[in-house]
Amino acid sequence: MIINGVHIDETFAEAFPMRATRVIVTAQNLKWAYHAAQAMTGFATSVIACGCEAGIERELGPSETPDGRPGVSALLFAMGGKGLAKQLETRAGQCVLTSPTSALFAGIDEGEQIPLGKNLRYFGDGFQISKRIGGKRYWRVPVMDGEFLCQETTGMIKAVGGGNFLILAESQPQALAGCEAAIEAMRKIPNVIMPFPGGVVRSGSKVGSKYKALPASTNDAFCPTLKGQVRTELSPEIESVMEIVIDGLSDADIAKAMRAGIEAACGLGAANGIRRISAGNYGGKLGPFLFHLREIMA
Amino acid sequence: MTALTFTLKSPLQQRLDVSPLVPDVLLGKSEKEIALLPLQYGNRRIAAAELFDIEGSDAESVCISGSPKLDFAGRAMTRGALKIEGDAGAYLGMQMKGGRLCVSGSAGLYAACELKGGLVEIAGDTGDLLGAALPGNKKGMSEGIVIVRGSAGDRVGDHMRRGSILIEGRAGAYLGARMTAGTIAVRGDIGPCAGYAMKRGTLLLYGSSSAIGATFNDCGLHTLGFLPLLLKGYEGLNTCFSDPQARCARVRRLAGDLSVQGKGEILLVA
Repeated sequence: MIINGVHIDETFAEAFPMRATRVIVTAQNLKWAYHAAQAMTGFATSVIACGCEAGIERELGPSETPDGRPGVSALLFAMGGKGLAKQLETRAGQCVLTSPTSALFAGIDEGEQIPLGKNLRYFGDGFQISKRIGGKRYWRVPVMDGEFLCQETTGMIKAVGGGNFLILAESQPQALAGCEAAIEAMRKIPNVIMPFPGGVVRSGSKVGSKYKALPASTNDAFCPTLKGQVRTELSPEIESVMEIVIDGLSDADIAKAMRAGIEAACGLGAANGIRRISAGNYGGKLGPFLFHLREIMA
Repeated sequence: MTALTFTLKSPLQQRLDVSPLVPDVLLGKSEKEIALLPLQYGNRRIAAAELFDIEGSDAESVCISGSPKLDFAGRAMTRGALKIEGDAGAYLGMQMKGGRLCVSGSAGLYAACELKGGLVEIAGDTGDLLGAALPGNKKGMSEGIVIVRGSAGDRVGDHMRRGSILIEGRAGAYLGARMTAGTIAVRGDIGPCAGYAMKRGTLLLYGSSSAIGATFNDCGLHTLGFLPLLLKGYEGLNTCFSDPQARCARVRRLAGDLSVQGKGEILLVA
């Protein structure tokens, strides 16, 4: 399959089951909502060493937030419910509770409920106030700028992590331009995040390493500077490869985002150095969700 | 289907317990069974059809013609709608768990006492001890919403535990006395001793208040983030409290009652 001169490999991306939640961070204005949400979703690129994968899903207007202020929604993913609850609590406590004018609400009502303000409330040292509004419990925690308002719990649901595709280009700037175009298109798709910096990963990994302590190591088959040293997957003209990783609330959400991203990258086409689209395929060992590139783009 | 309507044949001479006239009891009953339903009238029991003309068939929506002697309307009801055309007596909506109870006139003492859920709407005034605990009990209203379009008497929300009471008119003395939690909002003026011995909870006051007790300390003027959320929760209830423009009001926060736990608050809208 070739789209605008870009070869789509006959391969698939492998993804695995995760647990996810959505939270809504509001503040006096969008700038401060972003400060809180960016801090909360920082250092959350990969579950390999971050504990969770998280990112900002989209901006919310005042009419879309519970307290009528501007806000952003963020998605957090982890391999298990316990880990997700721990990460959410730590990050909310360190990054949202501390951020001026912020408030924190559940973005998913269904599913198992995990603590949001349930334990953070103790920061109020006994001066915290509970309010039940519309059947939901909120906590008002007195803080130095006024009150930190936080919903007691948020819903946790089953989700999918690790959807991905690779953009292979003739040069590093061209690979990055392809990724930027893809990310811009993918940010418009709801229920997904691309957790890596700017949505792009340059350090794609394979499972395992020659060093026993490491669970993952560089994907040498796609490293252009190792073309002559290893069994490479790259043809001579490929000088740079970048990956886009997608976590979604369902496999359909990931497929939709992948299609939008690949379409946008292919939009630049071979004329702009984008030569191939491939995917992280681990022979079916990584997870049960397989995203066949050609089926997605058909 | 039209609402199941009970129209009084003549003015009541004694107090009448209409607690069986709720959807929970009436659903599934035949016309004859409803007509023979025994009601406590003064010191005797009497069939419903002797006091009321009964029309309609929709037992999910019950309508009763009102009287100040009509006690226990909507007691412990859990579903459907009950409308009182005119006034209601004491213990309106007592221990009600769900559904919607509307009174087009006024209600007597102990309206919505020990309410556990649902919506109680009183178009006129109401007597003392709205949403309170019954004498000897320590748990007042524990869930649900009460709307009073007129004014309320003394000791509104005595021992109140949760839920919201919205009073568009005035309220009497000892508003929110001994409250454990919950919210009471009053648009008009209130009487003395508001928040007496309240442990937690919120009194949201828009009108002028008599001197607040010395056991409440001033915490200053604030814009509280939870207020827009709270008032947005009253949307669709058609009260003055759900007015979008009123949501961003600044309030003076008084903490108390410091003679007990001191975790309650009186919010005076600036």
